[in-house]
Amino acid sequence: MSRLELRHVRKAFGGLDVLADISLSVGAGEFVSILGPSGAGKSTLFQLLTGAEHGEGEMLFDGARLDDHGRHFAFMPQRDALMPWRRILDNTTLGLEVQGMRRQAARACVAPLFAEFGLAGFERHFPAQLSGGMRQRAALLRTVVQQRDMLLLDEPFGALDALTRTAMQRWLEQMWRHHRWTALLITHDVREAVFLSDRIYVLSARPASIVREIKVPFSRPRCLGGEHARQASALEAEILDIILNPQSIQRTRP
Amino acid sequence: MPAIISVGLLLLAWELYAIYSGIRPTILPAPSRVFEQAMLNREALADNALPTIGATLLGFACSLSAAFVLSMLVDFYQPLRRALFPVFIVSQTLPLVAIAPLVVLWFGFGLAPKIMLVALVTFFPMLVALVEGYESTEVEIGQMLRAMGAGRWRIFLLARLPSALPYFFAGLRISITYAVVGAIFAEYAGAAKGLGIYMLNAKNNFRPDLVLAAVGVSAALTLILFGLTVLVQRLAMPWERAGKKTEGKGPRR
Ligand SMILES: Nc1ncnc2c1ncn2[C@@H]1O[C@H](COP(=O)(O)OP(=O)(O)O)[C@@H](O)[C@H]1O
Ligand SMILES: [Mg+2]
Repeated sequence: MSRLELRHVRKAFGGLDVLADISLSVGAGEFVSILGPSGAGKSTLFQLLTGAEHGEGEMLFDGARLDDHGRHFAFMPQRDALMPWRRILDNTTLGLEVQGMRRQAARACVAPLFAEFGLAGFERHFPAQLSGGMRQRAALLRTVVQQRDMLLLDEPFGALDALTRTAMQRWLEQMWRHHRWTALLITHDVREAVFLSDRIYVLSARPASIVREIKVPFSRPRCLGGEHARQASALEAEILDIILNPQSIQRTRP
Repeated sequence: MPAIISVGLLLLAWELYAIYSGIRPTILPAPSRVFEQAMLNREALADNALPTIGATLLGFACSLSAAFVLSMLVDFYQPLRRALFPVFIVSQTLPLVAIAPLVVLWFGFGLAPKIMLVALVTFFPMLVALVEGYESTEVEIGQMLRAMGAGRWRIFLLARLPSALPYFFAGLRISITYAVVGAIFAEYAGAAKGLGIYMLNAKNNFRPDLVLAAVGVSAALTLILFGLTVLVQRLAMPWERAGKKTEGKGPRR
């Protein structure tokens, strides 16, 4: 059932404890968020998953130990990491090219998706010519075309203005309903986590451990008004309370 | 355009001073006289400019290839950096005045010592530019490529090398001016032909007008080479201008 499973993962940089004890799981086709304050160690967790750093504890994918890290994850880093010198089309084919696909074949693979990602007509543009929201969509397109088992998204909308961010969240929710990617999203935005996720893991400040696991009970498509909005606000308020008053909660899981 | 005006004004002031101060043309010739003499001696000047251009370009090509190979080695094997950089820094502090005659003494009056000197003065700036350029690669791009399964060599080609381009061209613009000066210095210390030896002979014959004419030629040469690097950069980095065009809508323009 669960594809990714972490058991008691710990990580320290020199003397600095960053991840104290992380256990979590992500099921097939599930959208899970990791919510925590800045500097908690969220990006560090992705570094462990992608093999850039090594920590202690067990990391399993489909029950097998993670060692050939490249295979399972398509990783979208915190900044969009688009290459300024590549045109948008060639930025989005990057992952396929690294996998050994010919450039022409990779382009043919990616081009039909441009419309769905709201990038039609911008194939030949350079990243500097795009707005922030478009750059993030291009980065996401580059991530999903790699056809990996699971998406790792590190604060994909963190650098956007509030309006664009909200628009992108709605767009991503709609995209996810069509594609049902297995996804792990890092964010420090409570509303974003509630709006997009099936489940949320709330992290403490550094050294990070999981303070609470929260199921988001709302049906999809996520409605934007009425009773739903009221329930969502209540859940957001509850989560904010957990993050901002950590001493009042002693239990790890509900 | 402002540059042309300022140079024009400078020349005008010089011309007026030369005419009205009554200074002898064997000490300070007026620009008009320098130009006139340059035209009269244009064959000799061209004849002497060619070897200088050759030495500049060949020397520069040598130092570029060497800097490129070494920059890659240093990038892949960091300890090399600590081992080699002190040596290169020392090589930069050697005074050209002292080194040029020695190199000519060892390698004769031919092309070889000129190439060596040009390479010596341009190698280090190019090496530093390249190494710093590689290091300017965005950390996230490296992480992402590694997560995609790219190896070190792949990451170098896909990310580090293109990231170094702006640094490379900045280094190129500076080095190309050093290169011309280096070639002229080498010729000054001894050569069969070249702008450097031409200047020396003109000076010894009390012809400051011809010295200045040769200086003018070398300045023009430097400007042309500089312009070429700017042109190549524009062609090689089309994304820079594309990015500026969209940003430039603001108060900049
Ligand atoms: N390579 C590293 N070396 C040393 N310290 C690091 C390294 N990477 C991250 N850290 C430290 O780990 C902490 C958590 O960083 P990060 O995972 O980026 O936080 P978050 O993504 O939650 O904002 C920070 O205090 C940071 O300074
Ligand atoms: Mg982070």
